[in-house]
Amino acid sequence: MTTVSRSITSNRLIGRRALLPLGLIIGMALLGLLLITSITLGAAEIDAAVVYDALFRFDETNFDHLIIQTVRLPRVVIGVVIGAGLAVAGAIMQGLTRNPLADPGILGISSGAAFAVVLGLFIARSLPMSAYALLAFVGAGVTAVLVYGFGSLGRGGATPLKLTLAGAVFAAFISAFTTAILITDQEALEQIRFWTAGSLAGRDLELIAQVAPFTGIGILGSVLVSRQITTLSLGEDVARGLGQNTIWIKALCAVLVVLLAGSSVALAGPIGFVGLIVPHVARIVVGVDFRWIIPYTVLIGGAVVTIADVIARTVVRPQELPAGVVMALIGAPFFIYLARWKVRR
Amino acid sequence: MTVTPRTPRAPWRTLRLKSASYRVDRRVPIAALIITLITLTILVFSISYGAYAITPLDVVQTLLGLNRDHPDYANFELVVFSFRLPRIVLAFLIGGALATSGAIMQGLTRNPLADPSLLGVNEGAALVAIGMIVVFKDIPLVWLPFGTFAGGLLTALVIYLLAWRGGSTSAIRLILVGIAVAALLTALVTLILVFGDIRDVQQAQLWLSGSVYGRGWEHVQAIAGWLLIFLPIAFLSARSLNALGLGEDIARGVGLKMELQRGLLLLTSVALAAIGVAVAGTIGFVGLVVPHAARRLIGPSHEGMLPISALLGGALLTLADLIGRAIIAPSELPVGIVTAMIGAPYFLYLLYRNRNH
Repeated sequence: MTTVSRSITSNRLIGRRALLPLGLIIGMALLGLLLITSITLGAAEIDAAVVYDALFRFDETNFDHLIIQTVRLPRVVIGVVIGAGLAVAGAIMQGLTRNPLADPGILGISSGAAFAVVLGLFIARSLPMSAYALLAFVGAGVTAVLVYGFGSLGRGGATPLKLTLAGAVFAAFISAFTTAILITDQEALEQIRFWTAGSLAGRDLELIAQVAPFTGIGILGSVLVSRQITTLSLGEDVARGLGQNTIWIKALCAVLVVLLAGSSVALAGPIGFVGLIVPHVARIVVGVDFRWIIPYTVLIGGAVVTIADVIARTVVRPQELPAGVVMALIGAPFFIYLARWKVRR
Repeated sequence: MTVTPRTPRAPWRTLRLKSASYRVDRRVPIAALIITLITLTILVFSISYGAYAITPLDVVQTLLGLNRDHPDYANFELVVFSFRLPRIVLAFLIGGALATSGAIMQGLTRNPLADPSLLGVNEGAALVAIGMIVVFKDIPLVWLPFGTFAGGLLTALVIYLLAWRGGSTSAIRLILVGIAVAALLTALVTLILVFGDIRDVQQAQLWLSGSVYGRGWEHVQAIAGWLLIFLPIAFLSARSLNALGLGEDIARGVGLKMELQRGLLLLTSVALAAIGVAVAGTIGFVGLVVPHAARRLIGPSHEGMLPISALLGGALLTLADLIGRAIIAPSELPVGIVTAMIGAPYFLYLLYRNRNH
């Protein structure tokens, strides 16, 4: 037992338990700084002081204030919301399936949500934003069940290989239908083109206000069941032996993943690899306890997407890249590292 | 009354030419004949279908040159020989190449789920092709296969090296690394497209989803030479693939120069996949799914399985092209989309059948 407890404390950056809350506060402060920096960057350089004014002493006649309120702020908020949502969804999936490669994008859940939205748009022509979210939830939920079902068939249950393959193939399958619809329907394509590449541009605060509560509920729920997730991550047998009703906890976790991944996709389209990277980073910092992994994942997830977005709109100015592309460029090498060193056999 | 026991017929036939011999399963010629007939039927219907409809009978007569006195013969000739036949022939050839490529890769890695498209070859080839199209604008068609071949080969090697650990590559690492590299290359393609001219980009996007739309005889010409070199190499390597399938020790024991054979086979597999990408974009799942169907038809021995895979792949892609043209007429679905719709469920079924391995 001593070796186990030592390895838990020595394998994380924050060694002393008492320092974990402090780290969280420092993390929040850093994230805040990062967000303000992100707001100041763009086609027009705006001072941090002006940003402060625009947020707290908004002046309608000031052009800079308008840019900040209508363009930059929604963008930054959306980045934090989907970063947190996707990252927590990834953390839960990795804990639950004990699969270091689990991620809403890689397991096809984001593609499922995207397909549902495109299909809805194709049938109903134009949709209120709340319908986007609902459709994304349905798509994410159905896909999650199907991929997990196929990936966990047979001996050994949901191995990383089977889950990843099932996810990749299902994503290819469902994306074929998405493309088919977009080819036949120019109008839907126009409305949705940038969205399917995973981008944070051109959203307004109203949309965020409609969808973000779902992400909020998802994160809150995750924090509440984080103790049970920690137990489950030790293995289903262990969890059952400790008296946990694993079926219910798993079902609840699935609902949380769908809420988090679905709302993120509704906001920004499918963005991959966030849910893959962030939980690993969080584990390096705080160890194996999900009661701390989840809050740290929220912070780091928000930061990672914000950084990706800053890169996306600064490296090729005046053009900009979809943030999803930048995430893939950062995330794929990380996935290779995991596949090489962290997947056993 | 005595019953003379019949000697059981050998299940294969051996073709001999001096010291060389080639042993094929007895079911192969029959299967080949049936698939060819089915393909020809699809071909006729595929030519007859379209905005300018031609009856199947007229199609056959035009193909054979029997109705030169028909009042519409000039139209028939134009539509059949210039518009529809080349794209269908191209689909058939690419289908055959992709299926053979997949069959080799599965034999080589001894992994039933291997396919150039899962190993990132398609994406690597596509990245190079897109780069060439966007950067060099009007690049001659014949250069594209060279570029895609280099891109595909490089990607395959990189994936192989990244999956290499402790003196070997495991199938799991190979597939996982392949998926990640594919995602990375797809992101790079998007990157190029963002900078590109909007007209090139639209062109490239249609092309990326795998399409034989608007292809002509010049596309067939661009890949014909490659096929003439690499398909025979593939078919003649059947016996070493069989030996490799028995395990490295046995393969070495029967006197195979392992590394040389492996290198040649890998090269062949990548080449056959890459030329498809050069003229028709990325078409997935054909190489993955068809070899399994071929194995079920005529067994696992590669002498018969490779040619049957090629025929079956050609038939499948010809059919997929017809479906893509018919299903949402008057616009059309790229053939790569159709193969994903057909192939992915079959793959999931394979995953289900191999669930205990």
